[in-house]
Amino acid sequence: MADKLRAQQQLEALQARYVGTGHADTTKHEWLQNIQRDTLASIIGHPPMLLYQSIAHGECREKTRIRLLERMIQPVGPPPEVRNSSHDNQTQAQ
Amino acid sequence: MALYALTIQPPSTAKQAVLGDFIGSKSRQQILSACGSRLSLSEIDKEDQRFREFFSQDMFGIIRHIEKFRLTGGTKDMIALSTDSGRLVTLEYVADENILKPVHFETFGKSSIRRVVPGEYLAVDPRGRAIMVASLEKNRLVYILTRTGETNITISSPLEAHKPQALLYNLIALDVGFNYPTFAALEVDFSRADQDFSGAAVKDLDKELVYYVLDLGLNHIVRKWSEKVDRSSNMLFRIPGGDDNPGGLLCCGEDTIAYRHMHNTTEQVHRVAIPRREGATEDPNRKRIIVGGELYTIKGGEFFYILQTDDGDLFKIIFNVRKSGIRSMRIHYFDTIPVASSMCLMKTGYLYCAFESGDQLLYEMGSLAGDESDEATYDSSQFPTDPSLPYDPPFFRPRPLKNLIPTTTLPPTMGPIMAAEVANLTMEDAPQIHTICGTGSRSTFRTTRNAMNVYDLVDSTLPDKCSSIWTSKLTVDDTHDTLIVLSTHGGTTFVLRITDDVNQAYNSGFIEDTASLGIQQFGPDCVIQVHSRGIRHVRGIRFENEDAEQAMYDELTDWHAPAHRTVVACATNNRQVALALSSGEILYFEADSDGSLSKADEVISLECPINCIAIPTVPEGSVRAYFMAVGCGDQSVRIFNLSPDMDGEILKNVGMILTSAQPSAMIITHMKDKSPNGSSQYLHVGLRSGVYIRAYLDEITGDIYGSQRRFLGPEPIRFAEVVAAQDPAILAITSRPWLTYTDPRSGTITSTPLHYTPFDAAWAFKSAGFKGIVTVRGDILRIFDILSVANNTTQENIPLKYTPRKLVGYHEQQIYYVIESDNNTLDAETVAMLKAHEKSNGTGAIDKQGDTAMNGVTDTPEGSDMAVARIPYDETPAIDFGHPKAPHRWASCIEVVDPVTEKDVVHSVELRGNQCALSVALVAFESHGGELFLAVGVATDLVFAPKYQYKSGSVQLYRILQDGRKLEFFHETLLDAPPTALLAFKGRLLVGFGRDLGLFDCGRKSLLRKALTRDCSSSQIVHLTTQGGRIVVSDREQSITFVVHKEMVHPEELIPFADDTIPRYTTCVDMLDYDTTVGGDKFGNIWVLRCPPKISEGSDESNNGLQLKQDKAFLNGTPNRLELVASYFTNDIPISIQKTSIIAGGEKIIFWAGLQGTLGVFIPFLSRTSMKKLQSLELLLRIEDKPVSGRDHLAFRSYYNPVKNVIDGDLVERFLLLSHDQKQVIASQISNTDVGDLEETIANMRGLYAF
Repeated sequence: MADKLRAQQQLEALQARYVGTGHADTTKHEWLQNIQRDTLASIIGHPPMLLYQSIAHGECREKTRIRLLERMIQPVGPPPEVRNSSHDNQTQAQ
Repeated sequence: MALYALTIQPPSTAKQAVLGDFIGSKSRQQILSACGSRLSLSEIDKEDQRFREFFSQDMFGIIRHIEKFRLTGGTKDMIALSTDSGRLVTLEYVADENILKPVHFETFGKSSIRRVVPGEYLAVDPRGRAIMVASLEKNRLVYILTRTGETNITISSPLEAHKPQALLYNLIALDVGFNYPTFAALEVDFSRADQDFSGAAVKDLDKELVYYVLDLGLNHIVRKWSEKVDRSSNMLFRIPGGDDNPGGLLCCGEDTIAYRHMHNTTEQVHRVAIPRREGATEDPNRKRIIVGGELYTIKGGEFFYILQTDDGDLFKIIFNVRKSGIRSMRIHYFDTIPVASSMCLMKTGYLYCAFESGDQLLYEMGSLAGDESDEATYDSSQFPTDPSLPYDPPFFRPRPLKNLIPTTTLPPTMGPIMAAEVANLTMEDAPQIHTICGTGSRSTFRTTRNAMNVYDLVDSTLPDKCSSIWTSKLTVDDTHDTLIVLSTHGGTTFVLRITDDVNQAYNSGFIEDTASLGIQQFGPDCVIQVHSRGIRHVRGIRFENEDAEQAMYDELTDWHAPAHRTVVACATNNRQVALALSSGEILYFEADSDGSLSKADEVISLECPINCIAIPTVPEGSVRAYFMAVGCGDQSVRIFNLSPDMDGEILKNVGMILTSAQPSAMIITHMKDKSPNGSSQYLHVGLRSGVYIRAYLDEITGDIYGSQRRFLGPEPIRFAEVVAAQDPAILAITSRPWLTYTDPRSGTITSTPLHYTPFDAAWAFKSAGFKGIVTVRGDILRIFDILSVANNTTQENIPLKYTPRKLVGYHEQQIYYVIESDNNTLDAETVAMLKAHEKSNGTGAIDKQGDTAMNGVTDTPEGSDMAVARIPYDETPAIDFGHPKAPHRWASCIEVVDPVTEKDVVHSVELRGNQCALSVALVAFESHGGELFLAVGVATDLVFAPKYQYKSGSVQLYRILQDGRKLEFFHETLLDAPPTALLAFKGRLLVGFGRDLGLFDCGRKSLLRKALTRDCSSSQIVHLTTQGGRIVVSDREQSITFVVHKEMVHPEELIPFADDTIPRYTTCVDMLDYDTTVGGDKFGNIWVLRCPPKISEGSDESNNGLQLKQDKAFLNGTPNRLELVASYFTNDIPISIQKTSIIAGGEKIIFWAGLQGTLGVFIPFLSRTSMKKLQSLELLLRIEDKPVSGRDHLAFRSYYNPVKNVIDGDLVERFLLLSHDQKQVIASQISNTDVGDLEETIANMRGLYAF
């Protein structure tokens, strides 16, 4: 049991440290969001990739950078209302 | 297969440039710039205002951010560098050794560029006490720097200031004097949006300006204060602080420049809006953002900011500073320059701009104050602090430069390269590199040659056609040359005198009715003329006065050659003369104390004819040169000693090499190199076959070793000893002139052709006024100088209208067709219409100031087309001010470029109806009797973001008229999707549109479909290449697919039969052979894929392809898979790749061009021994010469995929830069080799295949 707990703690520490580390209950939305944010961060971070994007859009690099950063806030739309509805079901069942 | 990767031109688009004093010179400033993975230091020469790069090094890591810092009391600036190594690196430039010395390697996280790995932002406290590194999301680390002792700088372990679920937009360090170091960050906390199911929270997220204070006493970092700022804020600039200055920062956002400081109240915030452009083509509601800026402090504490908008307009921000702080600020228009990624304002008044696109420029600040009175100035009192409140937007009218004066042109910047092709249009001996570069109105078509630029000085006509030329001093102590002696084809000699002008001189004592073989200032005050019958020795030549044409001399002496023999070759220096006679004898003379000739008793008699002799100049402090080289008709070069050997004998044969052809010319010189002495003695041998041999000639023993060969041109080589950029160099003259010089970057001897008209003879030239090289060809005398040997390429530029996308060459007619398109840009037709409208109305579309400059115009044009012609002068030409912007609009055209004869755009076709050109091909339709058509793939209303969408796609055909110099629209065919790839294939047109591949023939009204494969690749076809019946289809995301064309069935079939195992975002592909393909992807990898032989054979077996169609699809792809042969990470997006040779007589290699301006090659190894040798060297260098960025070299080259079968030549060439001891240590660890052998192998890899 202690081992399990420790493993759990280690995983949580890992998840806190490295944003985007998955766990057993990762939803599709969370996963997609992480992938998208990682991709956008990668495009911003690699100078040639940022240049490539900015040329495609005919704008300067800073503008592209800001646009991509803004997209990182919510890259795949708002989270779905999954947990809420299951919570509702539970309350109804009770 | 093994490849050797070499960069022939490093990336030139600067990511960032920082101004600082990295040498510790106190008064001078250097520019530190980061291009790709290179760090370089440059300086502007005070005297001739030339831009000089004096240091450059590959970091073998992706540079993310550079900053400088200096601890109080330090004498020079240090470099803080963040790369993808997961380390914070601080470097020191050691000027004496010309190296970057790592000071600290602080590992803070994982390597590579990730969302939460710090390194994206780097801020350094102005006093150098702390460095903050931050990632885009969450992580922020602070390092404290302290000084221990005189020189040591220690770095603390990092302090964390993480904030999860917060995006960082910008980070700066504030100027707080000696208070606790303070950092300001622009953050958005998106945790609320992550929880909110309705999606409403994302709209009212706040952007916060957060102040982090580093408490040096308690050694921790505190989030001291934060305030909500404008949501669009994107940039921060610090305001000088400390005791006398107000401190604080400028927070810039959309239409906002606000002054803020910690703990400010609303009243203390001052905001100005960003003035917008006035003009017919400008949307008055478009808001600008600030993309960069530079602080300028005037002596006495005054300061101002120059900020640049995304249009490139510069604004000056002036502050009204009171004791209590900043009371208000003003903004006014300064000038317009292209958008710069970094601006460096130097103390000397120069503004260095690293532009995002195109050549960099150096401006001089004409008026630093920038007359405020002339410009409309806006005060912060006119604007509310909150940008959402209503206010009158400010306007200005852009005008040509007033405050900045463009001065020196800097080395050409190719980036961004959009496409490239190597082709030999002009049938020169080496092919040219044709590239389309730049974006928007700064686009260019460039022709690059491997040639060195020269600076033309004088061009004059001679009375007769000449074959040889010499210059000579009159006495040994003269500082410059007085005589130019020319020998004509007709066998005469005449003399010119150099004063302020060059005039013919008479009575100089030389024999005028014979051709000269050599002219030499001899002894203290004599000049000798060697001719075929002997030597004329003239003592004391002088001129009465400045203008005298008649020379005077003291004494004439003649030495006659023995009877029935003539002099065929000679070698001279100030104290020695050697003559080769037609009988195969060599006579040797030395100077007496009074400068007269005294013949040695010894005579060399050879069995063979003698072609050439060489004697070096007399070494300093010596009475004679020690060795003489003799080139013989039996294809050998022999070395004879001139100073007595152990037995007291001279003219003994001490060395010999055999050559592949008869030597035609020789020269022995001292040249700078990386040897311990700083220079070595070299023997240069030119052969009649045009091969040039360079070897070391040992100064003591006369041994010849380390010889290197290179073919320079098809004619016999002649030499001239010259000076290029202050260093000794050699001109080798064959079908074209070559310069052999010491490459300042690597310190090795290199040969590069000159970008100059061919000439017959040359000699070094030095007069009171200028120095250089004097050359002669026929009756034309030219003088030029070589000012810099740093750049071994020359470029010719042709400006283009919009961002070029692709090019296709019509090589027979020496022209190129370039398709160009600009996104979010107003097309030419609308611009013309708007401008005409403005004219006809007499007022501008926006007329806020009542500034009706157009009032005088009375005539009203009938139609917009007429009006275009009537606009005589454009006030804001697009080349300086950019094209007007408009969301979701496309400006696109096809241009015909003639890079050879007219060197200009000869024809242009503008696309209408919001169309943009995507792809281009030149097709000779078999059905039209092989008539050539230009096929252009266009899309209408194309939008990339947020979703790729379009209204329609089509292929336009243009008839080619007037030797290809005119295009006539033929017809247009609508397709389901925009055609992103076109290819001429078997007399028809192959079109990749969307995921489909179709084969089309040309009909009368439209293209006729002959074959179609739906879903040929999985996302979008971006490129097509072919060999025989095989087509290589490149997909946007899913690598390449091999497709075979079966024409014997009806309908014809295009059958995909092999594809790749991993996704590759392909950008460019070329076929190396029928089965092998090389390609590049968007992440910067270059890879070679090969189709297994059995599958390759199987694909061509049947005529109907039935068995191919029956093969089962494997894992959602084609039935077969390709094999990976080689893989390599380049750190630039390869945009074009081609199998070609790039030098005269060179083997075929893989040439690639990268987006950031990189030109590189991959050379296939021919021998396994040299491959093994360089592989072991690479392995050792990875350990012995670790990259200073702290990145592991192997990991860097394996960034996305493990490096395979490629040796990094850039790392291997670092071997040449090591000290001799280090080289020895490394060489001793590799079996069967030594330092010289390794150096030769490295030099040959570059010299024989690339430049």
